[in-house]
Amino acid sequence: MAAIRTEALTKHYRVGFWRPRPYVALEGLTLSVSEGEVFGCLGPNGAGKTTTLKLLMQLIYPTSGSAEILGQPVGDVRMKRRIGYLPENPYFYDYLTAEELLQYFAGLFGYAPAERRRRAAALLDQVGIGAERRMQLRTFSKGMLQRVGIAQALINDPEVVFFDEPMSGLDPLGRREIRQVILQLRERGCTVFFSSHVLSDAEALCSRVAILASGRLAGVGRLTDLVAFQARGWELVVGGLDDAALAHAKMTQLVVRDTPLGDRRYALEVPLSVSPERAIAELTGRGASLVSINPLRETLEDYFVRQVAAAPHERGLGTGT
Amino acid sequence: MRVIGHVAVNVFKESVRDKVLYSLVAFAALLIGVAYLIGQLTAGQDVKIIKDLGLAAIATFGLLIAVFIGIGLVWKEVDRRSIYSLLSKPIRRHEFILGKYAGLSLTLIVNVAIMTLAFYAVLAYMNTQFSEASRSVWPAPATDPGMLRAIGLIVVELLLVTAIALFFSTFSSPLLSAGLTFGLWVIGHFNADLRNFEAVVESKTAAYLARGLYYVLPNFAAFDIKTQVVNALPVAPSYLAATTAYGLVYISFLLVGAVVIFSRRDFK
Ligand SMILES: Nc1ncnc2c1ncn2[C@@H]1O[C@H](COP(=O)(O)OP(=O)(O)OP(=O)(O)O)[C@@H](O)[C@H]1O
Ligand SMILES: [Mg+2]
Repeated sequence: MAAIRTEALTKHYRVGFWRPRPYVALEGLTLSVSEGEVFGCLGPNGAGKTTTLKLLMQLIYPTSGSAEILGQPVGDVRMKRRIGYLPENPYFYDYLTAEELLQYFAGLFGYAPAERRRRAAALLDQVGIGAERRMQLRTFSKGMLQRVGIAQALINDPEVVFFDEPMSGLDPLGRREIRQVILQLRERGCTVFFSSHVLSDAEALCSRVAILASGRLAGVGRLTDLVAFQARGWELVVGGLDDAALAHAKMTQLVVRDTPLGDRRYALEVPLSVSPERAIAELTGRGASLVSINPLRETLEDYFVRQVAAAPHERGLGTGT
Repeated sequence: MRVIGHVAVNVFKESVRDKVLYSLVAFAALLIGVAYLIGQLTAGQDVKIIKDLGLAAIATFGLLIAVFIGIGLVWKEVDRRSIYSLLSKPIRRHEFILGKYAGLSLTLIVNVAIMTLAFYAVLAYMNTQFSEASRSVWPAPATDPGMLRAIGLIVVELLLVTAIALFFSTFSSPLLSAGLTFGLWVIGHFNADLRNFEAVVESKTAAYLARGLYYVLPNFAAFDIKTQVVNALPVAPSYLAATTAYGLVYISFLLVGAVVIFSRRDFK
């Protein structure tokens, strides 16, 4: 069964005071995320990631289309017992301490007071909030609030969690810790749906990604599928290459780019049209020695840029006025 | 129900930490100070002044608390987006609204209870400051429990004001909500005049309009029996019951309205 399903999910806002015009925040998003998947929702600013998550949490209502979580329509309270959500730039009651906030949320799930305390303490340990947990949240820094936000999303051992930019505002150590948290969730069989524009996070964590641009789905699939077929050539690192040999290789289009690494070592880019065996044979035949060879793949970054460039930027609906 | 109670307790906690309850200390200090002064200055029957002053102060402090907490209650959560994580928990939107309302009502009731205690304590002290002879000319004893009827209706009135403030705060900014709530409160005190409007105008339409407004706008003047209790005039129990019922019905309509509006809206 799909953990999350959206069907032509669409959200239009009306913008402009005097002559409101529809503005496409999300258009016809159809997605399905299986149970146990770590799914990344990627896209540049304003792509519609937060809009998607808010629709799934029923913080906003769709203009058309529908969405289900764990087979239930969004908004169902019994379903909500089984999910967790970290909002973008989370903000909580600033008069509560971190501990009290988590206990308050735990209370909404009906846990007994002792159980509330146990869960709050364990999660605050997990996200690295120490003695500060007894301080009011008004004194918390952005990164600390983000950590509290992650902890509150996990208060009920959810089966599906939604993170809106979980890494935002965190220092490098914090990012690593949160990656650990997500990996642990995956091991437990929890479905994770998160949004990000940090591609390395997606590369490190996701089984599949969706790429949104200007409110529309620009691509969805396994990361390796989205990226692998885009192999662009090979990168050879060679030593002992002299200038004449390099010049010859460039002239014969064997090598399209070279980066000197010093001491006659070079990183060379060999195009797809040349077989790597021939390139190695020719270069070693001229006295060079092979240090390493790697396929040159398009990175997610490149893919991202290309998809975004290709996507339509017009976000009005063409009302014909 | 459990969820509503849980939210309500949190609202109460917030108001305590927001130092709202400290306004009570100010109230008590004011009252005691004034009582002491009056005790020094006057020779006799002026325990009535304390009663007038005390009841008016309870109503006014309560009104300020009801409006200023009420207008921010829902709006603040939406504006600061603390509602995002809350509504992803197993709570329905109407439970959120009712929990907020119950929490503020609890805060108000606790506030009024403490103020009432302080009020009676001052009156008991005043009682010891006067001779038997001067006490005998008072219309009612200093610590007349009959005044609790007026305080009871003040509580109902405050619960109504809270519901109005909460209703507005589900869709408008605090400033606008405060304006609208105070506006209704003022109009609501002159409401009775609308009823007699037809006697002064010629136009039938204007008279019907005034009639309609009379029924739609809250009639706050009905809750004010301070003068009667201070002067020990009779107040029929049926009047108390009817006025309370009127308040509760009005509150129910407002809460239903607040829930309907709040359940449909998008959080930006
Ligand atoms: N309340 C609103 N009224 C009008 N337009 C809105 C509203 N909320 C969002 N939008 C628009 O919808 C689009 C999508 O916004 P969304 O917040 O989903 O982007 P995002 O992908 O989360 O971006 P970011 O990476 O910056 O967080 C944006 O262009 C935004 O301007
Ligand atoms: Mg966003």
